[in-house]
Amino acid sequence: MLDLYSPGTSRLHRARAGWKLLALMAFGTAIFLTDTLWHVLAAGGVVVALFLLSGLTLRQAWAQVRPAIWILAILFVVQGIINSWALGAFVVARFAVLLTAAGLLTLTTRASDMIDAITFGLGFLRPVGVNPAKVGLTFSLALRFIPVLGQITQEVREAQKARGLERSLIAVALPVAIRTIKMADDVADAIDARGYRP
Amino acid sequence: MDTKSIVYIALFAALTAALALFPPIQLPGGVPITAQSLGVMLAGSLAGAKRGGLAMVLFLALVAAGLPLLAGGRGGIGVLFGPSGGFLFAWPISAFVIGYCVSKFAGDNLVKLIGWIIFGGIVVMYAIGIPWLAVAAEMPMTKALTVMLAYIPGDVIKAVLAALITRGVRRALPGF
Amino acid sequence: MIELRDVDLSFGDRAVLRGVSLRLSERRIGVIGANGSGKSSFMRLLNGLVLPNRGTVTVDGLDTGTHGKDVRRKVGFVFQNPDNQIVFPVVEEDLAFGMKNLDLPKDQIAARINEVLARYDMTDLREYPAHLLSGGQKQLLAISGVLVMEPDWLVLDEPTTLLDLRNTRRIARAIDGVNQHVIMATHDLDLIAGFDRVILFDQGKVALDGPPAEVVPAYERMMG
Ligand SMILES: Nc1ncnc2c1ncn2[C@@H]1O[C@H](COP(=O)(O)OP(=O)(O)OP(=O)(O)O)[C@@H](O)[C@H]1O
Ligand SMILES: [Mg+2]
Repeated sequence: MLDLYSPGTSRLHRARAGWKLLALMAFGTAIFLTDTLWHVLAAGGVVVALFLLSGLTLRQAWAQVRPAIWILAILFVVQGIINSWALGAFVVARFAVLLTAAGLLTLTTRASDMIDAITFGLGFLRPVGVNPAKVGLTFSLALRFIPVLGQITQEVREAQKARGLERSLIAVALPVAIRTIKMADDVADAIDARGYRP
Repeated sequence: MDTKSIVYIALFAALTAALALFPPIQLPGGVPITAQSLGVMLAGSLAGAKRGGLAMVLFLALVAAGLPLLAGGRGGIGVLFGPSGGFLFAWPISAFVIGYCVSKFAGDNLVKLIGWIIFGGIVVMYAIGIPWLAVAAEMPMTKALTVMLAYIPGDVIKAVLAALITRGVRRALPGF
Repeated sequence: MIELRDVDLSFGDRAVLRGVSLRLSERRIGVIGANGSGKSSFMRLLNGLVLPNRGTVTVDGLDTGTHGKDVRRKVGFVFQNPDNQIVFPVVEEDLAFGMKNLDLPKDQIAARINEVLARYDMTDLREYPAHLLSGGQKQLLAISGVLVMEPDWLVLDEPTTLLDLRNTRRIARAIDGVNQHVIMATHDLDLIAGFDRVILFDQGKVALDGPPAEVVPAYERMMG
């Protein structure tokens, strides 16, 4: 499965996904508790240093912020007008640092390890009725069927293109939805036929 | 949770991912609308409250795990923390509310179906996303609301489409 | 032996099978009939995927309704579309799935995976993403995923319908080589020409039952 992982052998790459996830949560909480710009910038410096230490590039760090750049720009302007430009800079910097830190986790951790960590974490919810084995099966099924549905969507788009309807959302989404539901029954039967007992 | 529910949850998460392949449509005014939130509405109206809501939880977990499943190939845990993260966290709740309301109140009436999908898919979604935006970006609620206003026409179009698709599926698969 | 005693099956008020009684013990059994004649419904009865509304289905004396788990262990099922049947993203994981459901030990699971991959020339594909396999490879994987569970019976519902000629022959050879009892529904009459017994369904009833030399020509006449 194609994920956003960037292969490497650094400490951060080798660290357990679950610990990295917890560290990111702690980092995110801390950064929202402070209201000093210098704290945020220092945290940003640490994150960027970690990028370089993990064998990643500044370009990759920037790529974490770039998709949000327009929203951040709007935030900056709105804040500047209604509050102060300093607050605008603070808010935008905080988001940028948080996005970069999250990107660090994403780039150094395989999706499969993250899924294992999430599944493991959900084990703590067993007392409220969460079954990690079922969660694991559900993840696997989704990973298996994302390419299948992607392919079905492409097939239907091509078929509708032949009729000049490829820009019509409903002409594509309706057949895809129908095939998805018909498929669901068959897949459930196939799982049961292979001896799965929920 | 029976096998069928597990499969529905996985398939509607996968369907939502597949809808990201649809190229964004440019509305007049320049706001792009993506097909992906149609997945949220369909998960609710077709898979039902519980299955649809859990399908969206699964989808977000896959995104957080680092799969580039959001429109434009975005993914990773960072998108959940961004200014618009509240809208993403709203997806499971939206799907649940749509599923619940559609099965309880909408029947076969297309107008009611559209209405309840708008309620769950727009009102509920914005009710979570906008305060998040306001708090995270330290701006007043009214400003946050104005920023989001441009997206409403696109979302209404998607709600109508979701209702038409839901009715289409029910016609194509009687007894579903 | 699989035995159906006076079986009726309906979905809602639509009767799909009526008064079907059969004793199945041959090694190669073909199932033919027009679209909608009830073949798939009949096959799904055999391992308890659906239960009869009247009558009983037993496998070696075990009722499919009360002994579903044991019956599914004895009767493996292969569907028409392998895409709906392969449930794990990677070849090896998918092969392991059914065996894990049987609670087999890890080393035995690994041994059987090696064996089946080697048998079908797929050893290189062990860690391959399932969605990148060709149609024929997918169906071979689906069949392998059932064979590693070592059932006594292999039930296949139109396993070659989506395949080209080369892959159809590949699947036919694979089916020919298995030790299991085979029950296969198909519209490809060549596939069942060498079978021991062919059952012809028509509108939910067994219309004819006998050797292929007798049943296939009758079916061809019936279809005009
Ligand atoms: N889940 C279901 N709900 C309602 N009707 C069904 C269902 N499954 C099958 N049927 C009906 O039962 C009848 C027999 O279907 P079945 O799939 O067994 O036929 P078949 O011989 O396998 O056909 P084909 O050659 O097209 O595969 C058909 O009329 C079909 O519409
Ligand atoms: Mg059939």
